[in-house]
Amino acid sequence: MSDNNQNTNFTNQEFKVVGSRPERPDGIDKVTGRALYGADTYAPGQLVGAILRSPHAHAKIKSIDTSKAEKLKGVKAVLTSKDLPDLVGGAGPNYDILVNCMARDRALYDGHAVAAVAAIDENTARKALKLIKVDYKILPHVTDVDEARKPNAPIVQPGTRTANVEPAPTKDSNIAARNQFGHGDVDEGFKQADVIIEKTYKTEQTHQGYIEPHACLASVGPDGSGELWVTTQGHYTFRTVCSTLLGLDIAKLKVTSSEIGGGFGGKTHVWMEPVALGLSRKANRPVKVVMSREEVFRASGPTASTSMDIKIGATRDGRITAATADLRYQGGPFPGMWGLLGAMTSFACYNLPNVKTVAWDILVNRPKVAAYRAPSAPMAAFGVESTMDLVADAIGMSPVDFRMLNAAREGTRASYGPTYGPIGILPTLEAVKNHPHMTAPLGPNQGRGMACGFWFNFGGQTATDLNISTDGTVNLTIGTVDVGGSRASMSLIAAEELGISYDEIKCNIGDTNSLGHNDTTEGSRGTFSSGMATIFAARQAIDVMRERAAQKWEIPVEEVEWKDGEAHAVGVHHSNLIPLSLKEIAKASPRTGGPIAGHNETVADNAGVSFASHICDVEVDPETGSTRVIRYTVVQDAGKAIHPQYVEGQFQGAAAQGIGWALNEEYIYGEDGRLQNAGFLDYRIPVCSDLPFIDTKILEIPNPDHPYGVRGVGETSIVPPLAAIGSAVSNAVGVRMDHVPMSPPRIRAALKAQAASEKAVSAG
Amino acid sequence: MSGVHVTTTVNGDAVEFVCPPNEPLLDVLRNRLGLTGAKEGCGTGDCGACSVTVDDRLVCSCLVLGAEVEGRSVSTVEGMADGADLHPLQSKFIEHAALQCGICTPGFLVAAKALLDRNDDPSETEIRYALAGNLCRCTGYDKIVRAVDDAAKDIRKAKAKAATKTAKAKAKKAAAK
Ligand code: FES
Ligand code: FES
Repeated sequence: MSDNNQNTNFTNQEFKVVGSRPERPDGIDKVTGRALYGADTYAPGQLVGAILRSPHAHAKIKSIDTSKAEKLKGVKAVLTSKDLPDLVGGAGPNYDILVNCMARDRALYDGHAVAAVAAIDENTARKALKLIKVDYKILPHVTDVDEARKPNAPIVQPGTRTANVEPAPTKDSNIAARNQFGHGDVDEGFKQADVIIEKTYKTEQTHQGYIEPHACLASVGPDGSGELWVTTQGHYTFRTVCSTLLGLDIAKLKVTSSEIGGGFGGKTHVWMEPVALGLSRKANRPVKVVMSREEVFRASGPTASTSMDIKIGATRDGRITAATADLRYQGGPFPGMWGLLGAMTSFACYNLPNVKTVAWDILVNRPKVAAYRAPSAPMAAFGVESTMDLVADAIGMSPVDFRMLNAAREGTRASYGPTYGPIGILPTLEAVKNHPHMTAPLGPNQGRGMACGFWFNFGGQTATDLNISTDGTVNLTIGTVDVGGSRASMSLIAAEELGISYDEIKCNIGDTNSLGHNDTTEGSRGTFSSGMATIFAARQAIDVMRERAAQKWEIPVEEVEWKDGEAHAVGVHHSNLIPLSLKEIAKASPRTGGPIAGHNETVADNAGVSFASHICDVEVDPETGSTRVIRYTVVQDAGKAIHPQYVEGQFQGAAAQGIGWALNEEYIYGEDGRLQNAGFLDYRIPVCSDLPFIDTKILEIPNPDHPYGVRGVGETSIVPPLAAIGSAVSNAVGVRMDHVPMSPPRIRAALKAQAASEKAVSAG
Repeated sequence: MSGVHVTTTVNGDAVEFVCPPNEPLLDVLRNRLGLTGAKEGCGTGDCGACSVTVDDRLVCSCLVLGAEVEGRSVSTVEGMADGADLHPLQSKFIEHAALQCGICTPGFLVAAKALLDRNDDPSETEIRYALAGNLCRCTGYDKIVRAVDDAAKDIRKAKAKAATKTAKAKAKKAAAK
């Protein structure tokens, strides 16, 4: 906890409005079509921007001839990488963003941007793209994570030497980095085991699948100041990155986050925004760029595909003695933190004496990988949790009991280093064990599975303003975006602190001109960190109001306390002083010292880890291999649910995304390295008729480092579904799936293989 | 490309516009008429975010050409509320938290209204299949299905109330005779 936040210990307080379920303040705008998303604004003189993309998985760009496009009537600017010179020193994360938003000497994946135009309308822009001539020399490519590791694989980024290995490699490879976590002696631990299970798993690449494509409206004037309206999870980060890449002063670029039509991590990354700004600067007109769905799939980051080896050893009485994971995560053509996160999260649910996880970050010719809800955790959990079931089975214990016996608890040293405070894994498992779902009868071809998941959660830099109007209504301005109802949660928190009604708060998302830097809304940090900053901003405003009351009463401020929306003078000798309400103090404010406000700037640390356990029933059609989820239950620790309805919504949405990942969703690449299913028809996310109701149970094990006990809730529940469904399939039809998604062809193949081996056994 | 002149009705108002013959109705609504309630999630008929009705028929407006609505009647989410009175579906979506990001919401509301206009007592399965053309990535559909079911209840109640009222009025009239 940073120094300016004292008094954050959980107080076990009674809440008045926190925990209730009022209607969201932006509800009417969003059901009437009034809310404005990324593509919904217009600026006078606006042009349409469009981007030309590489049809090749890997190619040298020998030359680009834009002369014909430039001459087309209605074209106002054509842009290539020459218009975006390298201002960041040729390396590092910002350089990767620059290279990714516009290819320089090489196209690194199918869909990589190579040129862009701005024209008076869509038709002209499309025509202009066709007139741009790119001379490519096709290079060998690699798209599979395991192929890319082989010594003879085509090199995706020359100069790549595996980081964190001793001795440092002397040859280029596609292995960007190695990361290791753990403690104890795993060799010793496996010696003590009665049962050891080791298995290899593979997961395919999935996309966040937000329904709103990336969209922005950029405007840069000749004086070097600009504006960007954009659908993003982090307008402050976008401001910093874009101004750095374009050489603008940070303070002179105003970035406004539009309403955001889903992000799930995918809108934490800068994609085509520098291109839009570059086009606008060149054309000296506002430029709107909206990605097509195909572009979203081909050129905005999906999550990593992986392969992994998991090994767990246990004694016959159910104690895990050792566990290891070797994890391979591909990050597209750029190094990322994806393997690292996999290595940190894989065994985080358990109390292990000996554990070692090693992760490898692999480069391939696919789009730049982006965060996707609890990034990297679901894949590792698929391998670990599936293996947990196999071990439980081998020693004859139920999967829940085996997990309960080995669950991490307060004081456990986590496999990634720290020692846990109060955590919720055991309570979620107990809730699962006692849930009626666990004992409900199953029909033919139906099976049940359960699995656990972990996510860290994140706090980060946060700045919040709270201003009290003279009529006593309150403007709360926060800098994290509202991805799914957080205006409601923030208003509840402000109402709770100030002691006024929810309806008297107006919560706004501030643009980058109106608040200090706010980190991106990621890591489930919105309610945690902006909530915390809101509490402290409100308390500061309360201090101002106590002073105003003290001034009026001519008593020391220490003798004024704030209760139920009023200033009270404490002590019997003040019993003649009638409490002053917020409204009265606000009304008098012009004459008592001016506007009343509170603000808070903080780094919100200790977001409080969160755990979930899920139960899932599936029915498998043995003929087609098609699998349906017929019942689903989510149990997750929220710390404290500020607005339970939206917490449930996070659980349900995360589970649904996990179900899609487990059963259907995958990037399919051809031999030519091109993405074959860049659309919602062929990349099929779950639809309404695919899913059952998703039951939820919110547990509240308070986070001691938040004044209300809040933990992040948005991500954890995408972690368990892959394994829960894998185990359910196994229990339904007797095949243990080791490759996600468990699509009909894969399940059919597994069933066939099983039948063949049974036949061989009976024949033998 | 020379434009096509189209005269039509949108949300009950007479509207005229000129658009290129290849321009989707969705682009006409959003870019020419300023009705940005219908969203483009895919442009290929796969997500339903652009749902509107044309002569009461539910369509993906990204698959209909602007030129095709000559002389027809188009309804969008912007026309759903009656002034300040929200349609029961709109109120129930808010009440049940059936939207998170809200980008899919206009499409769901239009599609759900098309369902309830022809069947005010749908089963859960009927609701799920009627909305299977609308993608939502945030909610897992749970609260959407509940909101539609609850709105249907409200609509049936309102209809029953209206029916008793007319019956009573009729009886009164008959008695007066
Ligand atoms: S935009 Fe029309 S169906 Fe997706
Ligand atoms: S609420 Fe976000 S897509 Fe449905």
